[in-house]
Amino acid sequence: MGNIIELKNVTKKFGGITALNKASLHVGAGEIVGLIGDNGAGKSTLIKTLVGVYSPDEGEILIRDRKVSSWTALKAREAGIETVFQDRALCPQQSIVWNIFMGKELTYPFGFVREKEQINEANRLIREIGFTSKLINADSPVGNLSGGERQGVAIARAIYNNAELIILDEPTNALSLNETQKVFDFVKNVKKSNRSVLFIGHNIYHVYDISDRFVVLDRGEVVHQLTKNDVASPEELMKIMRDTIVQH
Amino acid sequence: MKKESSVINKIFHKNGRAFGSMGYFIILMLIFLIGAPEAWLRPNLHQSVFVMMPTLIFLVIPLVFLVASGEIDLSFASTYALAAYIFSILVKSGIDPAVAILAGVISGAVVGALVGALIVYGRLSSLVASLGVLFLLRGLILVLTESRSITMMDELENHWVYHLLVGNFYGFPMQMIWALAFVIFSYYLFNKHVFGIHIHHVGDNYVSAEQMGINVKAVKIKAFMFVGLGAGIAGIFTTLITYSFFPTQGFGYLLLALAAVFVGGTPYWGGLGTIAGAVFGVGVIAYMEVGVIAVGMSGVWRQFFNGLIILLALLGHRLHGDRVR
Ligand SMILES: Nc1ncnc2c1ncn2[C@@H]1O[C@H](COP(=O)(O)OP(=O)(O)OP(=O)(O)O)[C@@H](O)[C@H]1O
Ligand SMILES: [Mg+2]
Repeated sequence: MGNIIELKNVTKKFGGITALNKASLHVGAGEIVGLIGDNGAGKSTLIKTLVGVYSPDEGEILIRDRKVSSWTALKAREAGIETVFQDRALCPQQSIVWNIFMGKELTYPFGFVREKEQINEANRLIREIGFTSKLINADSPVGNLSGGERQGVAIARAIYNNAELIILDEPTNALSLNETQKVFDFVKNVKKSNRSVLFIGHNIYHVYDISDRFVVLDRGEVVHQLTKNDVASPEELMKIMRDTIVQH
Repeated sequence: MKKESSVINKIFHKNGRAFGSMGYFIILMLIFLIGAPEAWLRPNLHQSVFVMMPTLIFLVIPLVFLVASGEIDLSFASTYALAAYIFSILVKSGIDPAVAILAGVISGAVVGALVGALIVYGRLSSLVASLGVLFLLRGLILVLTESRSITMMDELENHWVYHLLVGNFYGFPMQMIWALAFVIFSYYLFNKHVFGIHIHHVGDNYVSAEQMGINVKAVKIKAFMFVGLGAGIAGIFTTLITYSFFPTQGFGYLLLALAAVFVGGTPYWGGLGTIAGAVFGVGVIAYMEVGVIAVGMSGVWRQFFNGLIILLALLGHRLHGDRVR
């Protein structure tokens, strides 16, 4: 089974800070990988490098086992990778539809937008995600939504394109139990259709529950790569994490 | 009944800023109409507005795009003259005016793109950098022309392109028709085309736009280029109407055009803009310029009222904006 994406020895520095230090990671088809680590460990930097938002100072990025050069956010999306960023990457003054289709608008030739189609699709997605408020429709500006609802928009956007790999950076942060369960169900559905998820979360129980494999990041370095067989329980995973930090 | 009112509500909600600008325009017209009905019903007052309005529209509409993208430009007032200058020397050297127009407009777009590239890649403040370009280009024109004007009455008067662009269509000035076409085209570009939508995203939150794969730099440079293109068109239209180029051309439009953008309801912070509103903004500014004198006041009052209108319009948009946002 080939990898959808692979990072090899990637280093990323911000001025004096080394956010990633020779980090390697891969995600195979149909796999759910949990990426864990403390605040500031470099998780978000790693996924932003993965999807072309940051360009690495050193190291390689491989897509379906082929090395890519000049990797950009647009190319990542075209390669079938969708991301729910930690900051949600929304434009608050714009409508829900425009946010859902941001950067990947449905168009006629010459770049005019298929408005009707976008509105219908957006309304369908909103219902699918299960927005609670009746007042919300696809024309509402995202800035008027609650935190959880905004997260719903970001998730809807990632769902829409049937991506091969979906990257979720702390997707359940502001969500209620009910909505969190929906996100997990969604992740399991993705796996069923042999697509992949890279999941970042602070709740070890959640991460343990849904992941097939764990990658532990500490101060920019990948310190563990474990499969579920290696770890008997979430408590053990937590202990492994704690021990790495002590070792340093 | 209920449904209907909610539809009206929605239209108003979405286009509130444009309606606000329309309101100012109507109020201004009423004041002038009541203040000086005889002057107001004379056609020649409106004719001078019809010369000014298209020029302002070609300048202001592209500025709405740029301001919505989170940038600003001042250099357009010099690009305007540069395009007109290139057009004029080409005409004088015997090149067909139609070709010269094309060359002038393209040079405006090229200058706009260069200004944009300088600001985007140099990571400069667009306000300060474009102020620099404003002086630089104007200085260049003054040096090249040695401050002399160019008159092209003979070359232009009977040329087909003159009649097509600024002639008369059953008594109606052609430039108004072209300006209207430009407005309609820009409306679709701004609201229904990927370019305009990306402008909104970039001005709203460029980090998000970048993360979603939008080429923020390219979008901004294109917006600057559009401003240069509009300035080129504006400069050439004015030159055609007056048959002449003069080296200080366009300078007077700098502040008027910027005023029209903001009176028109496009906020300065980016992510929002209104084409329809900008047209009313242009209407307010253009009628203000002639209206003060028409109602029998001295011309020295003009700037005072321009200032008053800008402040009142901003306050109005602010009050309205607080309600819808
Ligand atoms: N754009 C940036 N400029 C400068 N420093 C940055 C930038 N992005 C991240 N860093 C630094 O890199 C380190 C890793 O940050 P990152 O956001 O990747 O951590 P994280 O693991 O996602 O943390 P969290 O769990 O809090 O989201 C931090 O020390 C952070 O301050
Ligand atoms: Mg993070």
